[in-house]
Amino acid sequence: MEKATRKTVMRLAVSAVLMFVAVFAIMPPLYTLLCEITGLRKVGGAYEAEEIKVDTARQVTVQFVATHNDAMAWEFHPMEYKVTVNPGKKTVVKYFARNNTDKSMVAQAVPSISPFSAVNYFHKIECFCFNHQPLAAGESAELGLEFVVDQDLPKQVTTITLSYTLFDITAQAQPQVALVQ
Amino acid sequence: MAHGPAHGLSRWFYTTNHKDIGSMYLWFSFAMFFLGGIFALVIRAELFEPGLQIVEPNFFNQMTTMHGLVMVFGAVMPAFVGLANWMVPMMIGAPDMALPRMNNLSFWILPFAFAMLASTLFMEGGAPNFGWTFYAPLSTTYAPPSVTFFIFAIHIMGASSIMGSINIIATILNMRAPGMTLMKMPLFVWTWLITAYLLIAVMPVLAGVVTMMLMDIHFGTSFFNAAGGGDPVLFQHVFWFFGHPEVYIMILPAFGVVSAIIPTFARKPLFGYSSMVYATASIAILSFMVWAHHMFTVGMPFIGEWVFMIATMAIAVPTGVKVFNWVTTMYKGSMTFETPMLFSIAFVILFTIGGFSGLMLAIAPADFQYHDTYFVVAHFHYVLVPGAIFSITAAVYYWLPKWCGRMYDETLGKTHFWLAFIGLNLTFFPMHFSGLAGMPRRIPDYNPLFANWNMLSSVGAFLFGAAQVLFLYIVIRAIVSGRRATAQVWEGAHGLEWTVPSPAPYHTFTTPPKVD
Repeated sequence: MEKATRKTVMRLAVSAVLMFVAVFAIMPPLYTLLCEITGLRKVGGAYEAEEIKVDTARQVTVQFVATHNDAMAWEFHPMEYKVTVNPGKKTVVKYFARNNTDKSMVAQAVPSISPFSAVNYFHKIECFCFNHQPLAAGESAELGLEFVVDQDLPKQVTTITLSYTLFDITAQAQPQVALVQ
Repeated sequence: MAHGPAHGLSRWFYTTNHKDIGSMYLWFSFAMFFLGGIFALVIRAELFEPGLQIVEPNFFNQMTTMHGLVMVFGAVMPAFVGLANWMVPMMIGAPDMALPRMNNLSFWILPFAFAMLASTLFMEGGAPNFGWTFYAPLSTTYAPPSVTFFIFAIHIMGASSIMGSINIIATILNMRAPGMTLMKMPLFVWTWLITAYLLIAVMPVLAGVVTMMLMDIHFGTSFFNAAGGGDPVLFQHVFWFFGHPEVYIMILPAFGVVSAIIPTFARKPLFGYSSMVYATASIAILSFMVWAHHMFTVGMPFIGEWVFMIATMAIAVPTGVKVFNWVTTMYKGSMTFETPMLFSIAFVILFTIGGFSGLMLAIAPADFQYHDTYFVVAHFHYVLVPGAIFSITAAVYYWLPKWCGRMYDETLGKTHFWLAFIGLNLTFFPMHFSGLAGMPRRIPDYNPLFANWNMLSSVGAFLFGAAQVLFLYIVIRAIVSGRRATAQVWEGAHGLEWTVPSPAPYHTFTTPPKVD
């Protein structure tokens, strides 16, 4: 092989390997970062509550939805289906979860907010979705959520829907199952 | 150098000759074209009438998946690599490819990849049934067990493509005859150089995304699993970051083929050579910035939709430069209409129709209506069948006399063209209408409202399939008993490949030709 050819081949082979590595090392973190910046997905992290004025003149309806992913056998639903709040006022609501199976499981709730224009104005101060939810067989729990709606919420938004999908992550979280038992 | 090919089967297993390997690539792709075609006809037979008649829905899904995978990775891509193997060294005055042994390897791993992919049809749970785009979690959590075989088949195809591309770039950059500067290279060589760079950039991304799937399925990671902190939408981003350049990988060499054929039969040089080179490069660069137009409906921020919509429409500019180049090359030329020219003119017209429906799909607000309907199916078949397939067919008719030293039958060739042309339009044009009326993709049953359009599509598909059987007959007949071809073959043809005898000797340009 000529020297020039060898140089070309090495350079191209290294680029191919780098692209492969980039898929694992760069794309997922970059995607998560972009989602955080644009507010597409708030990945963890509680809202630092500031002193904000309560806007008593305005009322916003917040609806709660619960969805089970695939074969998730737990009972899971909000304890109130909707509340009406004033922007700026901290509110606490509860979801109910019961492990109806005969084995200890760990669940993870993944939130989603609609409409999209409200995403950056709905702040979760404390949420069960920040943590894994281990429950022993037959055990039940009330899962707390504290939130505040920002007073800068766009005018046209009168209803916000908060949806949680519950996933079974027992396989990924074995150590916590041991903890429950 | 009276040094011919080895005898017997070992010639094909051990060969490092670019012409042998090119022929094997072309025959392999022809075989895959028929296999993928049979899958397509199963789909069309089921869709001939509303209701479920012939196959189970799950098998129908396997057919749509396998049709897409086999046509993209088995028929179109190897056909272009085969053409590159045959023509690139002859066009730049090189004795062979830069890395002949790797060339042999990159071909011979392909049959194993496709044997593995096809074998999934006979496995328990059936073949992959999640569509050729294999969106997670459909292809991870809900996939049949054969998905692992699919993943490794994709790995092998990717390795083959990357090796082939490295070889092509090394050949073009380092083995040109003296005097063959970059801006004197035929456009087919230029388009392949750019395509090869695209392949090296994105095939590792495809390999990466299937590896992530493999890890999600077997090793408990959560790249695409929301429960573990992953995101299914990430899959779509990574897949289309590969997938959109991939569609240009399938069309840029076609531009090169057509840019060789139209000047020959219009008997005029290409209208604007350098503008074609720059347009090709611009398309390649833009192809990395538009991937999310495949996923307008996932819930992107407004600014995202806007940016991807504008970038997508911008691609129409360099593409328009190309189309006008071909048209102005034909303008006032002394044109004749041999089979390769007919396929090339049909390419220009029909590819432009496909481009226009692409522009319609690029309008983000309208795309919410078109998304996942037969309108999308009509669009990408209009760019891939008259785009990639017609250009490959044109290339075969154009260069076959140089490859085997014999002419094909012109009357049969024209018959093939008209059957294929009518069959294609009959199949895919009605899909625009059924799609706009709301018929969804990838569903074996449909509302009786769409019955007439679907019946037409199915009739057209079988006509198109029959035309390809005629094509096979024409090629075999030309090789066996065609009239002897001259070295020049076509009156208006220019380029180094026409300076060697027909058929091209086993070794060409062992001493470099002089290029002025």
